Amino acid sequence: MGANLSNFLYLVTIVTFILALRFLSSPRRARLGNWLGAGGMALAIVVTLSREGLEGYGLIALAMVIGAVVGAVGARRVKMTAMPQMVALFNGVGGGAAALIALAEFHNLAPEPGRIGGDETVAILLSALIGSVSFAGSMVAFAKLQDLVSGRPIVYPGQKVGNSLLLGIAVVLGLAILFGPQEQWLLGLVLVGALLFGVLFVLPIGGADMPVVISLLNAFTGLAAAATGFVLHLNVLIVSGMLVGASGTLLTILMGRAMNRSITNVLFGAFGQVVAGPAADAADGRSVRSTTAEDVAVMLAYARRVVFVPGYGLAVAQAQHDVRALAELLEERGVEVKYGIHPVAGRMPGHMNVLLAEANVPYDQLYEMERINPELPQTDVAVILGANDVVNPAARSDPGSPIYGMPIIEVDKAATVVVVKRSMSPGFAGIDNPLFYDEKTAMLFADAKNALEGLIASIKEV
Amino acid sequence: MRDAARGGARIETAQFIGELTVLVLAIFLGFEVISKVPTMLHTPLMSGTNAIHGIVIVGAIVVAGQSDADTFTRIVGFLAVALATANVVGGFVVTDRMLEMFKGREAPVRGRGPGGGARGNREVPPASST
Repeated sequence: MGANLSNFLYLVTIVTFILALRFLSSPRRARLGNWLGAGGMALAIVVTLSREGLEGYGLIALAMVIGAVVGAVGARRVKMTAMPQMVALFNGVGGGAAALIALAEFHNLAPEPGRIGGDETVAILLSALIGSVSFAGSMVAFAKLQDLVSGRPIVYPGQKVGNSLLLGIAVVLGLAILFGPQEQWLLGLVLVGALLFGVLFVLPIGGADMPVVISLLNAFTGLAAAATGFVLHLNVLIVSGMLVGASGTLLTILMGRAMNRSITNVLFGAFGQVVAGPAADAADGRSVRSTTAEDVAVMLAYARRVVFVPGYGLAVAQAQHDVRALAELLEERGVEVKYGIHPVAGRMPGHMNVLLAEANVPYDQLYEMERINPELPQTDVAVILGANDVVNPAARSDPGSPIYGMPIIEVDKAATVVVVKRSMSPGFAGIDNPLFYDEKTAMLFADAKNALEGLIASIKEV
Repeated sequence: MRDAARGGARIETAQFIGELTVLVLAIFLGFEVISKVPTMLHTPLMSGTNAIHGIVIVGAIVVAGQSDADTFTRIVGFLAVALATANVVGGFVVTDRMLEMFKGREAPVRGRGPGGGARGNREVPPASST
């Protein structure tokens, strides 16, 4: 296939990707958009495979079969609750691929002096650097979300200095390649440095901040892909990569705003590390009111307005379907049921919406934070299901709290609050929650699923 | 094309500026398109863009299949193709699974008063809460 024809067909691919993103503006056409994007991708692959002078088809085919099987099986098997780590994993392999492309291209061209232009060298370095950081960082994010590594921030003295130094060294090595000898071992060092930096960069970030990290790493892989486009002079890579880069950046900013924290604070703040001391003190001398499923069932059955606030605990307990069953029982009794969804509920932006959609909860019952907060003062019972930090009033009242200033769902404004929780342990961020000690709060200590099953059984008897 | 002669250099600069133009336009387009995606669909958005950056598969195939590649390049290219394919296939399949769940539930919503919890596909007895 000639270069002009293939570039034209790559343009078609670009258009399908843009349409795929445009169609995501409504759930109705979103799936069609995804199919379009997949079609565009298939086209790009076919065009590339029919490139003039391409060799090594056997190896390429083998690699594609292996990749496709792994990807398809992984994607089919994964549970919706484990979606964030799956996205992190796929994101990481994309970044890894970009870094490997840079490595291979450099190895191929470097031995002949003058074959690599300045802009190509910069592109190779960026692709290698960003791709490696994205790969290593995503793998750590995956390990953290999968509980292979502790979700708590892992910190050590001199961390920031060490990390900055490491990144600085990688950049200096890159400059050495750009202006000095195009030695391959130098690029190898850059790769190792970037991989190490990727690991150390994500390790200190707590699990609660993972939505921000994943969307940032997503942007990184996009940038790495765009850089690869400059190496190989392929516009399709530049445009697609930058679309992803822009998307990831925008989502990262939105997430930061939803937590009222700057991106630097999320990335370098090692959030949640200092709260163990004050939290222990705060628990002294305050009592918690424990309740039973029967009591809560009566409360709910005779309420007029009920708001459920689901958090990651609900997802972990796989209780999305039970909450819908409970909501339907209540609606049959004439109770008005709504769901209050915090933007960072779950482990990914919008994760909770996906989980509730999986359980067939209708859209029109899902209220975003800004829409549910004005309704809470008129709400009879707010039921917190495995959420913690996103309903913590300390974010509003306690300037000393690490989450001070973060917008929350103001459940403490409701007439009664029921917190379904397994134990008194603090949330993912490790912060004590004064809501639990509020006199209008009743704690129902149970796994979200057991609690909901108990409530359903009790309500049927009321 | 890559020789350091002045003519060659000029062509390469022109090509670079062209690519840079495309890059900058793509950034603005990206922000424009993404800002219209509702919060509800942010997870599918992330997973969808995740699939899109799998386009590095194009680069991986080009590198792996170069006619002048030695064994090292072939092996590294092989790994790159495998990783990129996993990215592409996994990304699109996961996104499809998510979007499948968002499908077809707008139709049943009809005739809801401000206080009613009734949805069209299910008859709800008149409010008799007590």
